[in-house]
Amino acid sequence: MNWAVILPFLIILFAFFIIGLWASKPLAKSNSFLQDYFLGDRQLGGFILAMTMVATYGSASSFIGGPGIAYTQGLGWVLLSMAQLATGYFVLMILGKKFAIVVRKYKAITLVDFLKERYQSKWVVLLSAFSIIIFLFSSMGAQWVGGGVLIESLTGLSYTTSLFIFALSAIVYVILGGFRAVALTDVLQGVVMFVGTLTLLIGTIIAGGGIENIIAELTAENPNLITPFGFDGGLKPLYVSSFWILVGIGVVGLPQITVRAMSYKNSKAMHQAIIVSTIVVGFIMLGMHLIGVFARPILPGIEKGDTVMPLLAMEVLPAWLAGVVLAAPMAAIMSTVNALLLLVSSAIVKDVYVNYMKPDASEKAVKNISLMVTTIIGILVFLMALSPPDFIIWLNLFAFGGLEAAFIWPVILGLYWQKGNKYGAVFSMIIGVGSYILFDSFYPNAFGMHTVTLPIILSLVAYVVGSLATKQEVKLG
Amino acid sequence: MKNGIDEKDPRFKVANKEALIGIILVIINFLWWFGFAYGMGSESVENYSYIMGLPAWFFYSCVGGFILMVLLVIFVVKFFFKDVPFEDEGGESE
Repeated sequence: MNWAVILPFLIILFAFFIIGLWASKPLAKSNSFLQDYFLGDRQLGGFILAMTMVATYGSASSFIGGPGIAYTQGLGWVLLSMAQLATGYFVLMILGKKFAIVVRKYKAITLVDFLKERYQSKWVVLLSAFSIIIFLFSSMGAQWVGGGVLIESLTGLSYTTSLFIFALSAIVYVILGGFRAVALTDVLQGVVMFVGTLTLLIGTIIAGGGIENIIAELTAENPNLITPFGFDGGLKPLYVSSFWILVGIGVVGLPQITVRAMSYKNSKAMHQAIIVSTIVVGFIMLGMHLIGVFARPILPGIEKGDTVMPLLAMEVLPAWLAGVVLAAPMAAIMSTVNALLLLVSSAIVKDVYVNYMKPDASEKAVKNISLMVTTIIGILVFLMALSPPDFIIWLNLFAFGGLEAAFIWPVILGLYWQKGNKYGAVFSMIIGVGSYILFDSFYPNAFGMHTVTLPIILSLVAYVVGSLATKQEVKLG
Repeated sequence: MKNGIDEKDPRFKVANKEALIGIILVIINFLWWFGFAYGMGSESVENYSYIMGLPAWFFYSCVGGFILMVLLVIFVVKFFFKDVPFEDEGGESE
């Protein structure tokens, strides 16, 4: 075990735990448990809001997977990843004030609450809650595997023990503090991610003998590495551009992001958050992927992309600093997991149980059930991550796109288009998710675009046609 | 008053305008990113020019594009975005 690396890493994990405890205090005497537990009582300021969006969005893929692919593909992959800059400002501007005002009026606590009030339909609610539970549960599994592997590679403990450490720390403070704890630790995690990226970028450039030198070595190895087209010329402009839908504007449809647009205190907080999150998202995406490319001349011949970032940190930084920097991907994974854990339990407790099974449940009963459900889900995901079934891996692959295809139009058009109705919404969700699964199985990357592109267009058509075709019925009903 | 949302609420006018600004920003962002990347990056590598050690296409598209968007976002938020209350007037205050 390399204690010089592990110690700073442990200190940061411990800090998350303390924050969770501290954040749980106001919860104990809160008189509106649901709103407080799942939304932090809509009191988030601008900086916290920005950081919580960044930390939720920046997951294992931004810190481990992404740089690994950039290592292989070269600058073309950094170009692709910069499509994510849009998420920094676009989500908050589009949902923006209208969403904030409407969800307050509806007293909505979850995305599903908003859809329920907007469409007044049991089917919309059940379909949404079902998509959230299935897709997010499986994508959580993949993140937990990532967390376990990272601790394993750092400490040399067995995978089971590593996963156990990860699971325990994640579950404990989600249960203790709910959304407020998640939001507050997100701030710390966001800062760790930012500083980690900056440190590693500087360390890598120095170790590589300056940017000019690194680029010259890349050109000598394979000139394609410094073109926008990837190492073998395989990154076509249309394909790369279609990522603007998957990781850029489509993010508006992700429930874990949307719920954050419900939680800000006032419009000032929202304005500040737009600026901060644009800067932080842009910097982390540009920095981390550039690091992946720059790692190539320094550590040539790495076979497993996922190991590029940890190996590089231990190579170019002093041990204690590597520990701090490696807390960044840990932070990224944890914050994503926490957000998802909370969201899945809110879908079960709030959207299904309170809505349809026991509307008259007392505050105290709801509280106990929330905590119980969160714990049970945590344990289930832990068991699942011990030996991930193939089915889960398969589901996780399109959790992201699947959720976007399901929610983007019911949310956006529900807000901005008066004529949109429940038939359009149900139709759009079924077509969106259904066509996504079909395209993925039979015709992936259709017409040279990312698979998510066509289902998003089809679900738009479904929403509009469905709403217009049933206009008469709604008036009668 | 469909589903309790009053479309004539003046706050929604502000919100709609700001959503529109978001769309315009994304389009500018995309065109800048695409234009420099594939406009300059499609030349053969021998003809590349370099800025701060990075290929010029990459510098303009990704580094320059990032800085441009940050400045644009700060500009529109400071000058076009309006403060509005989120709670309904006369509603219960928390």
